[in-house]
Amino acid sequence: MRADTQGGGGGQSPLYAAAKKVYPQAVKGTFRNIRWAVLIITLGIYYLLPFVRWDRGPNAPDQAVLVDLPGRRFYFFWIEIWPQEVYYFTGLLIIAAMTLFLMNAIAGRVWCGYLCWQTVWTDLFYAVERLIEGDRRDRMKLDKNRWTGEWILEKVSKHTIWLLIAWWTGGAWVLYFADAPTLVKDLATGQAPFAAYMFIGILTFTTYVFAGFMREQVCIYMCPWPRIQAALTDEHALNVTYRYDRGEPRASVKQADKLRKAGEQVGDCIDCNQCVAVCPTGVDIRKGLQLGCIQCGLCIDACNTVMDKVGREGNLIAYDTDINIQRRMEGKEPVFKPIRARTMVYVVMIALVGALMTFTLATRSFEGLNVLHDRNPLYVQLSDGGVRNGYTIRILNKRTEERVFVLSVEGMPKGTTLQAVGITETAAGDPVIPIGPDQTRELRVLVNADSSANLGKSVPIAFRITDTGSGESVKTEDYFKGP
Amino acid sequence: MANHNKHIDEATGTETTGHEWDGLQELNTPLPRWWVMVFYATIIWAIGYTILMPAWPLVSSYTTGFLGASQRSQAIAAHNAAVESRSAAGSGLVDASLEEIQGNQGLLEFAMANGRAAFGDNCAPCHGTGATGAKGYPNLNDDAWLWGGSLDAIHTTIQHGIRGEDDDTRESPVAYAIGMQAWGDDGLLNEQQIRNVSNYVVSLSGGATESGADLEAGKTVFEENCAACHGEEGKGSQDLGAPNLTDKIWLYGGDVDTVVETVTHGRKGVMPAWSGRLDPVTIKSLAVYVHSLGGGV
Repeated sequence: MRADTQGGGGGQSPLYAAAKKVYPQAVKGTFRNIRWAVLIITLGIYYLLPFVRWDRGPNAPDQAVLVDLPGRRFYFFWIEIWPQEVYYFTGLLIIAAMTLFLMNAIAGRVWCGYLCWQTVWTDLFYAVERLIEGDRRDRMKLDKNRWTGEWILEKVSKHTIWLLIAWWTGGAWVLYFADAPTLVKDLATGQAPFAAYMFIGILTFTTYVFAGFMREQVCIYMCPWPRIQAALTDEHALNVTYRYDRGEPRASVKQADKLRKAGEQVGDCIDCNQCVAVCPTGVDIRKGLQLGCIQCGLCIDACNTVMDKVGREGNLIAYDTDINIQRRMEGKEPVFKPIRARTMVYVVMIALVGALMTFTLATRSFEGLNVLHDRNPLYVQLSDGGVRNGYTIRILNKRTEERVFVLSVEGMPKGTTLQAVGITETAAGDPVIPIGPDQTRELRVLVNADSSANLGKSVPIAFRITDTGSGESVKTEDYFKGP
Repeated sequence: MANHNKHIDEATGTETTGHEWDGLQELNTPLPRWWVMVFYATIIWAIGYTILMPAWPLVSSYTTGFLGASQRSQAIAAHNAAVESRSAAGSGLVDASLEEIQGNQGLLEFAMANGRAAFGDNCAPCHGTGATGAKGYPNLNDDAWLWGGSLDAIHTTIQHGIRGEDDDTRESPVAYAIGMQAWGDDGLLNEQQIRNVSNYVVSLSGGATESGADLEAGKTVFEENCAACHGEEGKGSQDLGAPNLTDKIWLYGGDVDTVVETVTHGRKGVMPAWSGRLDPVTIKSLAVYVHSLGGGV
C-alpha cells in the first residue's frame, strides 16, 4: 500500500497513516451488472426470507427459516434440526470453508468482490451516497465546501437513509429468531423482548459504521481472509490483472500517435486513471495484485469503456493469471486450468460432506432413545434374591404430533419386569409412554431380574421403544449388571 | 523532511525501520489513524475501569472501585434470583398431590431435579450419594421398606422422621423400649435362647445356620417374644417398622453372629424429622425422588 503518512513520532517515523478517503466513480459494464444482480439477490433473500411461510402442521412454527433458541430447534424449510444434530452445522461450515477455498483456487478473491456482506452493504451505501451527493467529482467538491446549505441537506439525507438501511438490516436479523410477523408487531408496539431491541441496536450501529465509514478499511486492516487467501492461492487462479505486457509503456492518445509515428513502442494503456477512480478500495491495479484488491472487476468495466472509446481492443485489465502474461510474452498460448488437483480435492470434499449430510438427513429417525445406567449403585439386590438395575432414559419424539411408545427390554430372561415412574403398563407389563409433539421425556426405569435368572456380572441388553401407532422403533444397547 | 537516517524502500516507497535480516528489510507501514485512536481509547477505558471496578492489589486488601461491584455480591444476586425462580417453578408442587406430581411430566421433571439436589445436600451423608445406604442406614434402591415404600409412606417418613423428636415421629409403640428391645441386655432372654432364636431367624430367609442349632427351640422363643412385632411368620410390620425377616435384605447383617448381636443389644435406628428444616416443596420433591429410586409398597 502507498504510504501517505503523517502524524506523530517527531518526523522520524509516523505513528499513523491518515485514512485516505476513497471516492469511487460510477461505472457501467458487465461486472457492474453482475454486482447489481448479486446485491439484489443476496439482500432480497436476507430481508425477505423471514417472511416466507412453511406449513409444518399444527404443533410447529410456520416460518420457513427459524432459529428457535428458547425451543432449541432450528427450522430450515423441510428440515428440522435438534440440538443433538448440531453436527450438521459442522458439515455446513466445512462445506462453506471448502467452497471458499474452491472459489479462491479458481478465481482468487472473488468472494470479496461479489458476495461478502461487507462488500454488498458498502456497495449499497455507495449507491445511496451517489444518488444524493452525485458522482466522484461532485462528492469531492462537496466535501471541500463544508457547512453550506447544500452540504448540510445532502449529508443529513444521506445519513438518514444509511441509518434506515442499517436499522432494517438489524431488524431483519432478529426476525430469524422469532415468528417474523408477530415480532414486527411486538417491535412496533414496544412489546418485544429486550434482546431484540439490543441486537437491532448493535447491528444498526455496526452496519452504519462498517458500510458507511470503515468500508475498504475493513478489508485491508480487519479481515483475516486476505491473509489466509494469499497463502491458499496459486499461479493458476484467475485474478483481476493488468496486462502490462500489452499496456506498457503508457502514453496518452495524442502522445501515443506521435510516438508511433516516430516508430517507438507504445502500450495500450493511456494512463487515464479510470481504473483507479472507480475502485471501491482505492487501489491501482496496474501495480499488480495487492492486498487491497477485492477483485470486483469494476476496473475491468472502466478500462473496457475507455478502450472502446479510443478504439482499442478491450480487456487490457481482465481476469487472468500471472502465468498467462508470462506465456504471452514468450509467444505461447494462454492456458486456463480450472480442473486441477487442488480444485478437485475441494470438489471431492464438498461432495463427500454434502453426500454424508444428505444421507444422514434422509435416513435419520424421528424418534430417539438415550440410556444412562445408574453408576451408584450399579445394581441392587432385591428381597427375593433378584437383582435390580436402574436406568435414566430419555425418549425423543421428533414428529409434530403426540406419539405413544412402548418401552421394552431385550436380552433379559423371562420373569424380568420393567418399572417406570409415573407410567402405566401394557398387559405384558411394558411401560406405555405418551410423549407430546416435538418433545423429549426423561424417565427413571427399573429393570428387575427374577431370583431364578442367575445372570452373570454383565449381560448385554437393549432397550427398544416402539411407536404404537406407526410401529417405528429404535433401540439402544446397554448392560445389565449383577453381583 | 529530508533525513539521512531514513531508508526508503524502492518498490513501495515506504520508509523502512532500518531492521534487516539477510537482506530483507522491515517496512514501517503505519497504522491507520482510527486504529491508533481505538488503541488510545482502550488505554483510557482501562484507566477508567481500574478506577471504577475492583482492580489493584494492596498489601492486605485491594482497591474496591467506585461502582462497588464485587463477584460476591453478583454471586449472591444470582443465587437469590435462582431461589426465586425455583420457588416460582415449585409453586406448582404445593397444591398437587404426590400422585398428581408423578403423573404430570413437567411437575415430575422439576420434582426429580429438585429432589436429587436436596437428597445430595441432606440425605447423602447417611444414605450415600447413590442412596445405597450402609449398615444401619437403609438402601433406598431395593424393594424392602421398613416403614412402607409408597409415595405417602415415604413422604410421612421424611416429614416426621423415625424415632426422632418430632411429635408425629414414627416409632415402635413399645413404651419402655423405643426401637427394638435389647433382649439380652435387659435380661429378658438368656444367651442360649438368643442363639437359638437367632438361628431360627436366619433360617427364615434360607441363610446359613450353625450346625447343631436347635431351630425348634428358637421357633418357640420367636413365637413367644418376637412375633408380636415381626409377625407369626416373621414377615414384619410396616406399621411398627419391624423388618421382614424372611427376605434376603438385612439392615445390619443376616449372619447368625450379627443377628445375635441385634437381639442382645436391640436396634434403635433413628432418622431426623425434616419438616422443620426443609420447606414442604422440597420434602415433596424428595418423596418423589426417593420413590423413583426403588419405591414399592
